[in-house]
Amino acid sequence: MAHEQHNYLNHQKGIWSWLTTLDHKRIGIMYFIAIMSFFFLGGVFALLVRAELFTPGKTLFSADVYNRMMTYHGAIMVFMVIVPGIPAIFGNFVLPIMIGAKDVAFPRLNLMSWYMLMIGAAITGSTLFLENVDTGWTFYTPYSSIKTGLGVIPMVLGVFIIGFSSILTGLNFIVTTHKLRAPGMTMNRIPLMVWALYSTAILQVLATPVLAITLLLLIAEKTLGVGIFDPQLGGDPVLFQHFFWFYSHPAVYIMILPAMGVISELVATYSRKIIFGYTAIAYSSLAIAGVSFLVWGHHMFVSGQSEFAGILFSFITMLVGVPTAIKLFNWIATMYKGSIRLDAPMLFAIGFMFLFTIGGLTGVYLASTGMDVHFHDTYFVVAHFHYVMVGGTLMALMGALIYWFPKVTGKIYSDLTGRISWVFIFSGFNVTFFPQFILGNMGMPRRYYDYLPTFTELNQMSTFGSWLIGTGFLVGLFGVIYALLKGKEAGNNPFGGKTLEWTIPSPPPHENFDKTPVLTGGPYEYR
Amino acid sequence: MSTANHTGGFHHAHHFDSAEHQYESSKQGIWLFLVTEILMFGGLFVGYSIYHSLYPQVFHAGSKQLSVVLGAVNTVVLLFSSFTMALGINYVQRGLKKKAIIALAVTIACAAIFMVVKFFEYTHKFHVGTVPGKYAYTEELSASGEKVTKVGALLAEANKLSVAEREHKLHLDETEYEHLTLLERTKNWPLFFGFYFVMSGIHGLHVLAGAFLIFWVLLKVIKNQVGPEYFTPVEGVGLFWHVVDLIWIYLFPLLYLVG
Ligand code: HEM
Ligand SMILES: [Cu+2]
Repeated sequence: MAHEQHNYLNHQKGIWSWLTTLDHKRIGIMYFIAIMSFFFLGGVFALLVRAELFTPGKTLFSADVYNRMMTYHGAIMVFMVIVPGIPAIFGNFVLPIMIGAKDVAFPRLNLMSWYMLMIGAAITGSTLFLENVDTGWTFYTPYSSIKTGLGVIPMVLGVFIIGFSSILTGLNFIVTTHKLRAPGMTMNRIPLMVWALYSTAILQVLATPVLAITLLLLIAEKTLGVGIFDPQLGGDPVLFQHFFWFYSHPAVYIMILPAMGVISELVATYSRKIIFGYTAIAYSSLAIAGVSFLVWGHHMFVSGQSEFAGILFSFITMLVGVPTAIKLFNWIATMYKGSIRLDAPMLFAIGFMFLFTIGGLTGVYLASTGMDVHFHDTYFVVAHFHYVMVGGTLMALMGALIYWFPKVTGKIYSDLTGRISWVFIFSGFNVTFFPQFILGNMGMPRRYYDYLPTFTELNQMSTFGSWLIGTGFLVGLFGVIYALLKGKEAGNNPFGGKTLEWTIPSPPPHENFDKTPVLTGGPYEYR
Repeated sequence: MSTANHTGGFHHAHHFDSAEHQYESSKQGIWLFLVTEILMFGGLFVGYSIYHSLYPQVFHAGSKQLSVVLGAVNTVVLLFSSFTMALGINYVQRGLKKKAIIALAVTIACAAIFMVVKFFEYTHKFHVGTVPGKYAYTEELSASGEKVTKVGALLAEANKLSVAEREHKLHLDETEYEHLTLLERTKNWPLFFGFYFVMSGIHGLHVLAGAFLIFWVLLKVIKNQVGPEYFTPVEGVGLFWHVVDLIWIYLFPLLYLVG
């Protein structure tokens, strides 16, 4: 072609144009780069933690170093990778396009959210060099408030700022979804990914402020000794847990709802069928968001809360299973008799359903008060939340990456590379975390540096699995670089998707749409 | 954004249909942000009510220590500032620039008065030793081997003096002396001041932030960047200011009047 196609990537040039960009697509890419770097760091910590647990007793590091690595692994993965992950990267990129908008409602605020994540991450990361932070990612009092070093303060401050970033992104998405839909795009025609992001945004806006105040109180406790969590002054350390989980349980759904949105898109596209039960999937997101506020007490069954509270929290927790199962059954019904193509993104989607189901079912075990007494703070819990968060969210993230890669870059991500990556991640994941269910049941406690010799084989299996996962992600990274350098031209719609982003060029033009689209039907109208 | 459309002299960003559309969206964004503010304070209120129901006598004794008069003055000041803020918005909307400037300046002045009063309240608290938890205890232990609070130390000194000397040297009048003795006899009282300083402190930071924001829109008014066609920032800051007031309206009875 004589003259180069004009798109958002070549619209402006130079690093400065990126760092000051107000374009949601570019901001999505900046999030991708940042969050993937955090993921790499968190991953290295994970591999080191696992390596230390290869043999009982000291393998590589002292107990102190181990505690710190475990803390950074958890904190980085949760606050800097899984929570912002899908919404900040893919939400930013596709949400406005999917509803036919030119941008998010507040582009400046969007850029500011990115900077806040950077600043928060820098402050949190700086504690690596300052002082011991060995509280675990939950910062439980009184250990965090009274016993351990002052490094907890900047650590927590960084997380506070990251929380701010999360609130602002959520706020932006809510207003965007309410106000910027193209003509004809009623709420019952928005793609399911948008429904998921919208429900997530509500959670971000309603739950995160409570985390904010909790962290501020922890700082006040450490600096002034205000006594709110200090039994010596009449305070109560368990109050911290109530506050913390009032945020962090909904946060679990901040992590998983966007992933479910991705899966809905993938299942529809790769089954080439109208999605089964659109409304059910859409509103179950809202239902999950709503119920998630009422269940935090299941993290505290053994904290001495009243028996009645335990029973109530147990019951409500099991209710979350209902909307979750609704989604799962609808995906399966969509796949039923569809012309399924097992491309890499679809493999990740199926991987998600498989692993998330195991994670979810073991959650039911943990929600039964009697069983939780047995499993609490054992490796069973570690296995459970990794099946949910990693098996769920990270599988979806990989699927989303390969699925939208052509739209973002104009190049096709090699499907073969994607499949190889999937084989490693999926099998490695099960090798890593399934033995942990057994270990937990046998009584190996979580967060411990040392373990009984009887647990050695299973731990070694788990460590071996972690290397497989690591390899899988390296293959995934290789795929990105390879596709950028050598990928085939993508065209507008390489996978036959039906949502709006597939109607515009890849990469999209600066303002997404030359002419505002007008909708006359719902998404996913295959047959 | 690089491209912007014109309506009546004011710009709206390219991704909105009209100035009206942009206004509606901004307003929704501001309201959502205010919800997060209220939720954040909500956490504090929950904590406060839990401990208040657990230890009513601690909160009773603690609140006696606070000056209802100063608290009330600040309440009136803030209520008045809410009024002048509302006036300011109204004047901007009607294009009455001069009046708007005066109204906004008065609002900032009220914020300043509030902070000055807070400053005197805080310094007095520090003086009599009613400080949050950790600092309530002096370094030394008493003769019996117990930790002595700063209040305890102050009272011990006061007991050595006559009533007149006490007032002169330690700035302790009779009722204050009595309140302090009451406080001293109440176990866990530093907990109340933990809440007092955290709640009023975070609120104070919001007052400061609000004052800066009002100053920012004041500059916009002066530079004619806002007016009858476009007043979103003024209205947004105004809403924020009303929420700051509203929170104080709850803090005042909770902290000062619970006795
Ligand atoms: C890549 C493979 C991974 C491996 C091998 C791995 C391994 C581990 C290990 C050994 C622990 C310490 C458990 C304990 O002692 O209690 C741990 C904790 C944890 N991991 Fe991972 N992890 C991986 C990925 C992830 C990811 C992607 C996330 C993101 C959510 C994550 C979140 C957490 C959390 C939240 C904890 C809890 C820390 C705590 O209890 O304080 N992990 N992980
Ligand atoms: Cu939970």
